[in-house]
Parts: sequence; structure tokens; C-alpha cells
Amino acid sequence: MIVMSKQIKNMESNNSNTELNIELKSMRVEFGAGLVEAASTDERIVALCADLTESTGLSDFKDKFPDRFIQVGVAEQNLATVASGMAAMGKIPFMASYAVFSPGRNWEQIRTTICYNDRPVKIIGSHTGVNVGPDGGSHQALEDIAMMRSLPRMVVISPCDALEAKKAAIAMSKTDSPTYVRLAREKSPNMTSDDTPFVIGKANIIFGGSSKPDVGIISTGAITYEALQAAKKLEEMGKKVTVLNLSTIKPLDRDKIIELARSAGAIVTVEEHQMAGGMGSAVAELLAKEYPVPMEFVAVNDVFGQSGKSDELLSLYGLDRKGIVEAVMRVLKR
Amino acid sequence: MALSSEKIEMLEKTAWSIRRSVVHMLIEARSGHLAGALGMADIFTYLYFHTLKHDPKNPSWPMRDRLVLSNGHICPALYATLAEAGYFPMSDLMTLRKLSSHLQGHPHREWLPALETSSGPLGCGLSQTVGMALADRIDNGKASDRHFYCLMSDGELDEGNTWEGIMLGAKEKLQNITAIIDRNKIQIDGPTEDIMPLDPIGDKWRAFNWHVQEIDGHDFGEIDKAINEARLVTDRPSVIIANTIPSKGIPEFEGRFEWHGKAPTTKEEIEIALRAFPKE
Repeated sequence: MIVMSKQIKNMESNNSNTELNIELKSMRVEFGAGLVEAASTDERIVALCADLTESTGLSDFKDKFPDRFIQVGVAEQNLATVASGMAAMGKIPFMASYAVFSPGRNWEQIRTTICYNDRPVKIIGSHTGVNVGPDGGSHQALEDIAMMRSLPRMVVISPCDALEAKKAAIAMSKTDSPTYVRLAREKSPNMTSDDTPFVIGKANIIFGGSSKPDVGIISTGAITYEALQAAKKLEEMGKKVTVLNLSTIKPLDRDKIIELARSAGAIVTVEEHQMAGGMGSAVAELLAKEYPVPMEFVAVNDVFGQSGKSDELLSLYGLDRKGIVEAVMRVLKR
Repeated sequence: MALSSEKIEMLEKTAWSIRRSVVHMLIEARSGHLAGALGMADIFTYLYFHTLKHDPKNPSWPMRDRLVLSNGHICPALYATLAEAGYFPMSDLMTLRKLSSHLQGHPHREWLPALETSSGPLGCGLSQTVGMALADRIDNGKASDRHFYCLMSDGELDEGNTWEGIMLGAKEKLQNITAIIDRNKIQIDGPTEDIMPLDPIGDKWRAFNWHVQEIDGHDFGEIDKAINEARLVTDRPSVIIANTIPSKGIPEFEGRFEWHGKAPTTKEEIEIALRAFPKE
């Protein structure tokens, strides 16, 4: 079953993002739109921001619901603890900043006052991955998945495109769980469609679907576009590939991952995050116990990012389609 | 109206009983934070036995006032107060810090739903109180008659998060918040003014646009007057700096920072503590 959009199918596989003649959409803007939609039917939803309202996609919420919007200033520890207090009174707070600052700077506050307290606070971490680009390594969150998935109760969501981001906002607003969502700064191609199902905890195959693929690629976030391009290239090379879009990193869709490992016999994970503790680690923890197969990890390997264009950085750290194809060839030799 | 002498006598008896429980709990647990728990017993007593709107038989009563304990390490005093008020049997107090006890070493609301929050890591309580008051204002406007108390230590004023909460509370003019600082002038490593000078504390809060009062934290008349004055302030949150004596009630231990984070464990220490607070 191939669920790629027409746009993707028509693309030249060797194009870089910036050269594409297709519409790019902002996860942040669409997440914000989803939040407004959810908030218009649920009065419990409030939003908090730490001096980054526009660039975390909360401007519409602020305009539509000024009484339900709290500006805490440049104070991410306050962001988390005030959100926890609001949740204690029955609110469903969405708190937004760049992921380096939140959940980066306020991890302990999130641990103690949100997770340990079991409060349904929704944490929006924007500007994740190296696609942040020119702002440089200080602003490129590459550790957030590890920090969040290690917390008991925390749900971790990583949409692959703007459509998923919007659906994630609505889905998150309806649960009682502390939830982290990681969003990208750069606009990115839509890989799913309006009717692609989005269920927290469920992964979707977005490329391939052979009952006996040569390799399974498990990808998360906007970089999934690179995984799709790599898959196309590999198919041209005669390899059967299945790409699983893992938009929920915790809880893992165990059945889908084990099924893919069983049918493919080799797995490559793809993420814009440190290798240590990221999505690939989560998949490896599962498969090492349930169905061990050879694995390769496309991820940032224990270094910080730097300034540059998004595609330059993806290439530099081996996260682009070329790096993914190479990882697949390595895993197939094992 | 000032407290009657009968009322003050009742409060003093209750506070003594709470202190005795704290001492016995810590001796039984062989660990815990003695000094602050004994120092704040009078304030806990005043709040739970005179002013808080609360219902021990219905801890989740929506209209209750909220009391956030930010410096969670003094929880033995809160636990003893809750037991004294009827939230759970007094006999539970001796399970403090033991496996599966709902009286965790630092408060965890999952184990004890009567708690408004879990705490221990310092500097987080005031901001949660601010969040609670903000949510309340969204729902009820200024007409809300709920009050929000935050008990905090002087040492946790070292934490940046505390000042972030102070700024937001003032910005939002949350008049129904009263913070009470346990000004006992000690922290784990030594006197507060050696470790990280805090004075002039009152001027600092005043500069941040809070209504500031300073009292003797063991004088029920002063506590009463300050709490009532705080409730009359309409344009800003209030803070009460309560000067207290750490380890209050055990003369040999009073005022000494060494008792901040420990329990009487040696034979001699236990004898001294029990001399001040004998078993019934």
C-alpha cells in the first residue's frame, strides 16, 4: 500500500528541499490552527508562551482567546510551573517555546510539577533538529526526544508534516496525559493527506508495503521526506523498501515495528536528533528484546550543530537521502 | 477581630501536638528535615485550624482554598497537621518514609490526594500557585473568593524560578495570593546570609510590586493580623515574611543550621528531643 501524495510521487528524487517546485507548509502554523480549532470547542484549553508567540504558532490563539493566553516572558521554568498550576485547576494548558529552552532548560520542572504530578500539560517544542539552520547549534534541539521519553507518563509526538501537526494538536487536546510535541522551524512538504489517519500511538506505512521488503526504514519528523526520497532511490536500485512514519515515539506502536522487523529482517531508523536516546534507541530497545535484527541509525552522532542552510546541514551530518541510502546498504550487508 | 485568648490557647496546644508528632515521626523514620518542620508548625496550625476553607472529609471540594507547600522537605509538619485535622488517622504518621506509605519523604500527591501538588525540588511552588490563581481568574474573575497560599522557605529564594513567579504574580495583580516565607535564616550548608545573602528580603519583594509584611511566625496574634491584612489587598499579591526559630521547641537544637536536613538518630539526640516532646 503506497500512501504517498501525488506531489511526492512526481518529484525528482535528486532534488533538495529548497529546489522543489512544490508547496511547503509550516508545522508550527498548522499546529497553531489545530489548537485554535480544539480550543473553540473546549474552554478548558489555555496557552502559555515565553516571548515567542509568533514563531511558535500561537498568534491566532492569542488573538482569538486573549483571556486564555498567558505571556510569562523569557522564563521557561515559569512556563512549565505556571502551566502545571493551571492544570491543577482543571485547565488543559499548551505551553510553547523553542525546544532547546523548553523542555531543555525546564526539564526538572516538567518532571516534578507536570509528570510526577500527572498534569495534562501539553508541551510544544519548536525549532527541533538541524533544519533550524542559520541560527546555529545553540538553537538546534537534538536532545529533546531523549529528555522527554525518559519521563514516566510523558507521551512524545513528532509529526512528519503540517497536516500531521494539525491533527496532533487536536488529538493531544483530548487526552489526560502530559504530552510533548516536537515541531520543525522550516516549512516542509506534506507527505500525508487530509484523510491519512492520525492516532496517538499508531504508526503509518507511508511508502512501500510489500509483504517481504528488503529493508524497513522507520522515520520520524520532517526528515521523513528524506527517507521517502531515499526509498525511491533504493527502489530504482532494485531494493524493496517500506517506510514507517513513526509520529508517536512514546508509546511506541510495538506491533507495527515488530511486524516490520519480522518481514524486512533489517531496520534503519531516521531522525533529526542525537543517536543517543532518540527514536532509534527506542526502536532498538524494543527490537533487542522482541525481535532482534540488524539495525543502522541515521541520526546526529554525538556532536552539536552549526549555522548553515537546512539541506547543507542535513548533508553534513549524513541525514539526507544519500546518508540514508548508505545506511541501508550497510545494514543489508550485515 | 483579634483572636480570643481561648482560641490562641487552642492553637498553641494544637501546634505543640503537631511538633510532638513531627519529632516522633522523624525519630521513627530515622531521617527527614527537623528544623523547618518544627519552625513552621504554628503557621500550619493557624492556617488549617483557623483560616483555610477546607474539608478533611472531602479533600477535593472545588471551593476550597489552595495551599501549596513549595519547600516540600518540611512535609512532616504538613502531614502531622493533616492528621490532626482529620484527613487520615494519626497512626499513619509513623509510616513516614517507609515503603508504600502515603507519607512520602517529600510530598507526592499521587500517594496523598489531599496535597495540592508534589514538591521537594525547590523554587517551583510559587509559580504553580500563580498558575492556579490565573486559572481561577479565567473561570471566576475577580469575584472569586478562593484564596491561594504558598508556603516557601527563605533558602529557596536562591532559585531563579521563584523570582520568575514573583514577577508574573505582580504583573497579573493576583490579589488572592498570599506567599508565606519561613524566614528561619538557615539552609543546608549554613546560615542563609553566608551561603547566599537574601536581605533586605522585604525590599526585594516590595521592588517587585508585592504587598510585604514581616511578622513573628510564632505569634498567633501577628499571624492573624497579617493574614487578614493580606486578604484586604486588592491590587497586588501579598507576601508575609515570617521570622521563625528553626527546631522550635527543642532548646538544644534551636537556631542551628545543622538540624536543617536531619533527624535525631543518636541515643543522646533522641533523649534531648523526647525530653522536649515526651510520648503521651
